[in-house]
Order: sequence, then C-alpha cells, then structure tokens
Amino acid sequence: MLEISDLHVAVDGDPILKGVDLSVRPGEVHAVMGPNGSGKSSLCHVLAGREGYEVTAGGVAYEGEDLLALEPDDRARRGIFLAFQYPVEIPGVNNAYFLKAAVNAVRRARGDDELDAIDFMQLMREKVKLVDMDEGLLRRPLNEGFSGGEKKRNEILQMMLLDPRLAILDETDSGLDIDALRIVADGVNALRSPDRAFVVVTHHERFLEYVVPDRVHVLYEGRIARSGGRTLARELEERGYGHLRQERVA
Amino acid sequence: MTESLQAAREAPANDIESLIGREYEQGFVTDIESETLPPGLDEEVVARVSEIKREPAFMLEWRLDAYRRWREMREPNWASLAITPIDYQAISYYSAPKSKEDAPKSLDEVDPKLLETYEKLGIPLEERAVLAGVAVDAVFDSVSVATTFKDRLASEGIIFCSFSEAVQDHPELVRGYLGSVVPRSDNFFAALNSAVFTDGSFVYVPKGVRCPMELSTYFRINAANTGQFERTLIVADEGSYVSYLEGCTAPMRDENQLHAAVVELVALEGATIKYSTVQNWYPGDENGVGGIYNFVTKRGECRGARSKISWTQVETGSAITWKYPSCVLRGDDSVGEFYSVAVTHHHQQADTGTKMIHLGRNTRSNIVSKGISAGRSRNAYRGLVQVGRGASAARNYTQCDSLLMGDRCAAHTFPYMEVKNPGARVEHEATTSKIGEDQLFYCMSRGLSAEDAVSMIVNGFCKDVFNELPMEFAVEARNLLNVSLEGAIG
Repeated sequence: MLEISDLHVAVDGDPILKGVDLSVRPGEVHAVMGPNGSGKSSLCHVLAGREGYEVTAGGVAYEGEDLLALEPDDRARRGIFLAFQYPVEIPGVNNAYFLKAAVNAVRRARGDDELDAIDFMQLMREKVKLVDMDEGLLRRPLNEGFSGGEKKRNEILQMMLLDPRLAILDETDSGLDIDALRIVADGVNALRSPDRAFVVVTHHERFLEYVVPDRVHVLYEGRIARSGGRTLARELEERGYGHLRQERVA
Repeated sequence: MTESLQAAREAPANDIESLIGREYEQGFVTDIESETLPPGLDEEVVARVSEIKREPAFMLEWRLDAYRRWREMREPNWASLAITPIDYQAISYYSAPKSKEDAPKSLDEVDPKLLETYEKLGIPLEERAVLAGVAVDAVFDSVSVATTFKDRLASEGIIFCSFSEAVQDHPELVRGYLGSVVPRSDNFFAALNSAVFTDGSFVYVPKGVRCPMELSTYFRINAANTGQFERTLIVADEGSYVSYLEGCTAPMRDENQLHAAVVELVALEGATIKYSTVQNWYPGDENGVGGIYNFVTKRGECRGARSKISWTQVETGSAITWKYPSCVLRGDDSVGEFYSVAVTHHHQQADTGTKMIHLGRNTRSNIVSKGISAGRSRNAYRGLVQVGRGASAARNYTQCDSLLMGDRCAAHTFPYMEVKNPGARVEHEATTSKIGEDQLFYCMSRGLSAEDAVSMIVNGFCKDVFNELPMEFAVEARNLLNVSLEGAIG
C-alpha cells in the first residue's frame, strides 16, 4: 500500500530525512518512535503533501502511484488522512460545516453521492458519540478555543468521517490524559480493518498498549535505525534512545 | 463560430484557466436601442436632463445651482488611490432604454431583453418577487423599468418608487428631504450627481409602520460611455422600520466608466433603517484595463432620538472604490453601524470606510471592517469617529481586520478620531494577517481543493459582516467573494 524507499528530504537546504525505507501493507499498524527532532513530524508532513519539504532523493509509492506528485487534496481524496499534532484553528468556519464539506469532497472523488444535511448530521452524531465529544463543539468555529484534548478528539472524529485507507497519526496521543488517550485509542482500534493501514507516530510506549502495532520503527537522525515487533517499544521505554547511537557507531 | 469552437476545445485543457475565464460572469452587453445625449456637460445639458424627466421648476433650479457649485470644485485627492484623470466632457449624461415612452405597467410589458438581462444576473424578477417576497425596483441605465409589489406596500402607506416618479407624485417629500443629508456642495462627486442624476429609488415609510418586506434595487450600467448617477432617498418616519438592499453589476468594457451615486437616509425618532449593498461593478481585467470608477457618497442621519441606521456593504467590484457610508448621530441615544467587506484583486483599488459623527447624547456607533487584498491590489480602510462637545457618554467601537493574499498587495488603515467630549469612549482594534499556509494545508489535507479552502477561510474571516446581511443576500455575497478571488492563490 505504502512503499517509502530511500527517502531524502531537506527543509531550507538542511537535510531532515536521510534515506528512510518503510513498507506498509493493508491491515497493518506501524508505530514510528524516536527522539525529538528525529524527523517524525517531517515524515508525516511529506506523506500528506505539505509545502516546504524538498525531496532530494528517493520516493514514495502509494497504491502503486507516485504519491509525491499528488496535491494534498488529491491525496486526501485517495484515502490518506493525517491527524495533526497541532490542529489548526480557522476562525468563523463552523466545525460541522467544515466536516460536511470535507466528507463530500472525498465522497465526490470516490464516486459516492454527496450527503445532504440530514444524512450528514445523523452520521456525525453517531461518530461524535464514539469519541465522546461534546456536540456543542460541532457548532463552534473549527478548533478555535478548543482545549488540547478537544482538538485531538476532533481529529479522530474527522478520521472516522473521512474513512481513510491510510491514516497517519502525528503524536495524536501527546498531551492527553489517560481517559482521552483511551478514547483516541478506541477510535483507532474501531477503524482497524484488513484493508486499512495506520502509521502511528508516538513518543509513548503506553499508547501502544492500547493500539497494538504490528511493527515498531525507530526514526533516529533521519533514518529508520531499528525495526522490530511490539517488544521494541518496551525496550526503548526501558533503555531510551541513547544506546542507538552507540549501536550505530559500533 | 470558430471562436466558440476553439474556446470549447481549449476549456477542458486547463481547469484553472477556464475558471478564471468565467471571472466576470455579468460581462455581457444588452442590445437595446437607447436614447442618449451627446457627451459633454454644461447648463443646457443639465436643463435637458430635467426637461426629459419633466421635472418641476424647483428641481431644475436645484440642479443648476449644484452644477454651478460643481464647476468651482476640484476632485478630492486625499484618498490612497492612483486615478487616471477623468474627462468630464467626454461623458454622456443621459441614456435610457427607448421603451420608456410607454412605461410598462406590469412585467408583461417589460422588454423581454431586459428581463433576460436580469435572468443572467441571477435575479429573475417574477421568481424573486413571488418566491422571496422581495419587491424589486429595477433601474436599467437611468430609467426604472419595473416595480413590483407596489400595491402591497401602498396598502401600508409605504412609498417605494423610482426617483423620477417621486418627483412627479410626491414633490413635497422630495423637496423636504432632498439634499438635507448630503448637501449639493458636499463634495465634488455629490455636486456632480446633484446636477445630472437621472434616476434612482425613493422610499418613504410612514409613522409606526414596519415595512413587511425587504426592498431591493438592482442597478446596472449598460450603455457604453455613460456615467450612471443615481440618487437614492430613504425617509423612515417616527417609529418605522425598513430594510433596503442594493445590488450592482456592470458589463465588461475596456474604457473606464464613471459611477457617482448619492444615497441619503433620514431616520426620524425611533426609526430604523438597514441598508445593505452588494457591489459587483466590473473591476477591470487582470491587467487593470477598464473597470468602473465608483465614487459614491452615502450618508444617513439619525435625526430623531433612539433612531438607528445600519450600513452593511460587500464591495468586490469596481476598478476604483471611493466610498464612506456614514452616520450623523444627531438624535439622543441614536445608533450608527457600519459592517464592511472590501475585496480587491489584480489591480483594483479601494479606499473605503465610514464616518460616525456623534452629536447627540448617549449615541453609540459600531464599525466592523474586513479588507481582503490579493494580486497587486490596494485596499485602504479610512474611518472618522467624531464626537462633538454635546455628545456626552458617546461610545464607539471600531474593529478593522485586513487579510493579505500573496505578497504584492497592500492594505492600509487610516483611523481618524476627533473627540471633543471628555466623557466619550472610543476604541479601535486592528489586525493584519496573511492567509495562513497552515490553514490552507489543513483544509486541503481533508480533501478540499485549494479554491474551496481559500473560499472557506475567507468566508470565515468575513462572517461577522455576512451575518448582518439578509439571508438571500448573504448567499450571493459568498458566491461573489469566491468568483472575485478565483486564482488568487496557487
């Protein structure tokens, strides 16, 4: 589904990613961990198509296509979803209105009928319950004045509504209390299916107790330094990232 | 034939090009025989306009006096605008569709081509009138061609007619109020308008009457080389209420056209006037060729205590906009409001804002201005808040926000405050922001196209103002904004 090969990315001339390889198949959950500044968020942004990232070598194939040639909206319509680490506030734009526009943009691209206001409200109410979000937030301007936890729930709500094929979660768990963490994790688990894949970027081993990954990767200084199973996360929790440097030197 | 085939073949090749191609949808010319005066302005032309309109003697005197004052005046040059000099002798001051000789009594009698024009503008008269309950006084060039719902209004004692009719049928009202808010010599453009204005709308709402529907006028400049000089006068008698909508479009032409209108509002004790404008005159092409020069004087006077005047404007058109809808708050406890969205793209220039003149005690004013600049355009807010000696406890709140798209446009804010009463409270807040790449990326990462994302962000930015517009106008305003900003990002 997603094939990242030897990906090199620079920002303003500074190399950030220095040869990332990652292969994700449908149904899999991949966790990407790593210390601050290792390039985790950059990887997420490059996959979603944010401007300002220069791909200097390598490439990314998504369902057999050159992902990097697509505009961000095209990627979204083809099933890529990025849950933002810092969701953006858009004053004056009603949350529900935004969600409906997004859902219908994606549905149009897939050849499905657009949802009218009533059908959409019904769908939204159903999903809102799953993320235990206050319905009042739907009538407020998008993310404006939302608490950190409310913003993250809103991201998961969007993910559920947009029904992606590949969901990328950029530290969605950070800054959440244990209850919110569980709700976000439940949301992800509810969406797990044989034809959907996840790339979960996280700092915390604990999140992976709730969302159990098939593979764990450690991004370190712009490369995948190690890959392994579930136990790798625990090992990192105990030993930290420091030893990776020694391993690389050795 | 060849041309249209070629266009059809090229259109799908590049979607964005074809989108930009339909930028000014109202740019067609209606082929109707017109009676037009030759270009030039002197006392004879003023007299001829008055004669064509079969005006009483007091109107001719009024016009001639205005003309003589205008001759002594100079164009104002304090605005932040670069204007190609206007040759006032090259303009024709009267143009009317020929059919005016036997003025239509119902829609069936209206020239079908005119009705077609309105169709293209998206205002099918019958439908709008019947379905939306809107009474439309359509001004086509200089003569009113169709007025609907007159009977319904008449039963409430409301007068809603063309200015020409008002001069004939209600001369005492016209005489009593004309020029009482915007005097003949107020400024260069108002004086010119006073001398040669050809038509416009007149509204009178009697004491205690709440006008049962939104009154709406669509102005449209059609004939080439004619300036349009409308004059609108709205009088709301004690305790009455009226909401008035004004929409404007003009066809596409290479040369600049002059539009110098005057609007006067009078609110007597306890009366409320709400005046909404959507202005979409032709803005010129992407190289700054052509477009309407829009020099408009709009002023309302809250003459009685507890009266209220509220201006809402959405300005997306015109090559140049020079316009400051103002309120003179004379009555105690009167309220003035100004809500504005001004959009400039390509080479458009706008210098717009308001004046709030506080004279009475406890008067309040509220100003919300949203400027959006794209391309190489210039967008200035200019506002005056004046508090007179006697205006104790006067309050003003001003909020000015500018949104920049791209890095070749400019936004300026010129707030003036003159406060002579120590008990007054005047507040001003201003922000300038660039349309955020973060916001754009966020929207696009949810599947919205760049155009839809921009439209959504910009509409959110303007929401406080759009909320003030009547429903059907708000929809139109949103559509206009989208069309105006097509191709502004990307």
